[in-house]
Amino acid sequence: MTVCNSCRYCEGLCAVFPAMEMRRSFGDGDLDYLANLCHSCGACYVDCQFSPPHEFNVNVPKVLAEVRGDSYATYAWPQVLAPLFRRNGLALSFMCVFCIAVSFGWLAVGPDASAIFAIHTGPGAFYELMPHNTMAVMFGAAFAFSIFAITMSARNFWRAIGPAPANAGVVPSVWQAMQDAGRLRYLDGGGAGCEVTSAPDRRRLFHHMTFYGFLLCFAATSVGTLYHYLLAREAPYPWYDLPVVLGALGGLGLLVGPVGLLTQRKARDPAVRAETHRGLDTAFLVMLFLTSATGFAVLLLRATPALGVTLVIHLGVVMALFLTLPYGKFVHGIYRYLALVRHAQERAAHKH
Amino acid sequence: MSRTTSNLTEKYDVLVVGGGNAALCAAIAARQSGASVLVVEAAPEFYRGGNTRHTRNMRCAHDSATETLSGPYSEDEFWDDLLLVTNGNTNEQLARYMIAQSKEMLTWIAEQGVRFQPSLGGTLSLGRTNSFFLGGGRAMLNALYRTATRLGVAVTYDAEVVALDIDGDRFRSASIDHAGQRYTVEALALVAACGGFESNLEWLRESWGAAADNFLIRGTRYNRGTVLKMLLSQGVEPIGDPTQCHAVAIDARAPKFDGGIITRLDCVPFGIVVNKHAQRFYDEGEDVWPKRYAIWGRLVAAQPDQIAYIIFDAPKLELFMPSLFPAIAAESIGELATKLTLDPAVLVSTVDKFNAAVQDGKFDPQVLDDCKTVGLSPPKSHWAQRINQPPYYAYPVRPGITFTYLGTRVNRDARMLMRDGGASDNMFAAGEIMAGNVLGSGYAAGIGMTIGSVFGRIAGQEAAKRART
Repeated sequence: MTVCNSCRYCEGLCAVFPAMEMRRSFGDGDLDYLANLCHSCGACYVDCQFSPPHEFNVNVPKVLAEVRGDSYATYAWPQVLAPLFRRNGLALSFMCVFCIAVSFGWLAVGPDASAIFAIHTGPGAFYELMPHNTMAVMFGAAFAFSIFAITMSARNFWRAIGPAPANAGVVPSVWQAMQDAGRLRYLDGGGAGCEVTSAPDRRRLFHHMTFYGFLLCFAATSVGTLYHYLLAREAPYPWYDLPVVLGALGGLGLLVGPVGLLTQRKARDPAVRAETHRGLDTAFLVMLFLTSATGFAVLLLRATPALGVTLVIHLGVVMALFLTLPYGKFVHGIYRYLALVRHAQERAAHKH
Repeated sequence: MSRTTSNLTEKYDVLVVGGGNAALCAAIAARQSGASVLVVEAAPEFYRGGNTRHTRNMRCAHDSATETLSGPYSEDEFWDDLLLVTNGNTNEQLARYMIAQSKEMLTWIAEQGVRFQPSLGGTLSLGRTNSFFLGGGRAMLNALYRTATRLGVAVTYDAEVVALDIDGDRFRSASIDHAGQRYTVEALALVAACGGFESNLEWLRESWGAAADNFLIRGTRYNRGTVLKMLLSQGVEPIGDPTQCHAVAIDARAPKFDGGIITRLDCVPFGIVVNKHAQRFYDEGEDVWPKRYAIWGRLVAAQPDQIAYIIFDAPKLELFMPSLFPAIAAESIGELATKLTLDPAVLVSTVDKFNAAVQDGKFDPQVLDDCKTVGLSPPKSHWAQRINQPPYYAYPVRPGITFTYLGTRVNRDARMLMRDGGASDNMFAAGEIMAGNVLGSGYAAGIGMTIGSVFGRIAGQEAAKRART
């Protein structure tokens, strides 16, 4: 960082270097802020005249990736669960199996265990397997817990990165950060794209597919909920109806995006990766892929006796995803977004 | 046999020696003109590009402001600046031609994939005249190499030219060492774009004696001047003072080679500078820093053991860009002297004498202010303020060599001129190796890159033209 601050050649590449220059000293919170502001495009590594094998050994993307990985655990709420970040793959798989098992168990001890292999069609077919209210209460509770845990973690992070500049408006900064995050403005190395790959750079595309796929699935669920409570229309819905269309489109994104991101990661220059936190990416991407894959299985098999098993597996996976959101790679989006808001505030304050 | 090795077993239209901005501009231009091109770079891949790796901008004339330039910079103004920094030590015809050509370079370089950005923080004074490379010189090089490779230019690293076969004014072939073997590569034309000799300590010793052992080389360790020496000893006419080099005072703790921009120190005007005997030796406030920083390398080189110390106090610490290394700090001048292994009594006396001579004035680092000393020799003409607020700080400095002026004389086609009066048949030069034609002494930020790009492109085009006839 001392090298960067006396060189400054990378100033135009992304938000990290201007943010660095606006700071005089670097505490842990400042470092966590910079680390989460970094989108890991790698441009500053290939552009640096002091990167290895130079004796100054400057490798900003790698250092920030390691700090970033550690920061997730640092701010996790409750702190007891922070170790989940360390063995993330294991934790997620365990949670997944556990949730599926619980779903099966629920049915097995339920009033009609044989229902699982029966054919269910027509409105409310899913709820013959698991009553809607049970489903809503379970998932609602899991979701509420996750939201609360993420909010608490985000609050820890926001406090740690120091006070916002006094004269920076919140609304314009939040809006600016939404634009920056929505377009992944800083994932392009200042215009050249992510250069440190042996394959053509498609990281932004695949990330968009994953992110907007996730949002579409969320929208599908929300529309479904509104249908249920406002219009009293019960799932399953026909293929042309909004929840299915949104879910299918989002689901496609969640199939292609994660696979693309995993292959792109393989093509990256290992020099800029933080080996210590690789499991985080893989675990989250695999979970997203499974959520979508099992969702499609439900859609395709919903008129057959396999519905029961597929639905139970899908619900188990989704439950596991919800419960582990605060303790996995999902949080990168939250912290990075907050870092972008802070950066927008600092830039605005700097201009005054 | 690897692909880069097999490059060395073919014949080419144009052989480009070197791997920096000038070499790549020449290679791209020659290839675009239809020639087959081989680039031989003496450095390994990471260190490719000589001192281009350490650059960050180029100075081109332009008629109006652009997205990244804050205002126009006319050809005449460029010429005036060049005249000023070189003290007239330039070739007007060649220089004006280069300046005229520089206008096109902004577009041409961008077409080769190089991106520009507005001037960097701390360099606002260059925002109108100089175009900054997004990501710096190495980013620029990466773009040029990508383009050259895409066009089909062959590139071999770790390939050092050890002999040139020159017949009269005609280049025939080059002997090249690569991966433990010697190859002879024939080509119809040669472009020499392989820098000066600033990394060749023995050569520097010829002019500077033992003092050269204490010089630090700011850039690449691969500019050893071997090809320059071969050309000059085989009939090419030299240009530029063989004893001169561009030297600035840099942090003495920098590595011997390749410390780059981050070893620079801009704090001379904010304090006093003493030698190893704790004595001052030059006016630290003679003129604004951009006009004076290039003389301090030579000043320090003339001091015993080629070492000096910039001494200042607490209020000045944040007035300049930090170097890579922290300032050495102490609570008293005596303690600071001990840390610097200077004689404490002498340093205290030097500071006391300086403080006593300082007149009260209005301190303003942006202009030639009225803070000066009276009755002190040497004086400090501006920014003189008493050094009396602890903690006290010091930076040790040594001469940092940027480049040398000796080169090959060329005409406006970048064609080398021979000592017997004629022009070479098929030998061209671009970049630092011929910079002395337009930059006989002094320096202006970004001008080395202008010389490299402009004459690189010309050399490439002319070499390709020569190869076709």
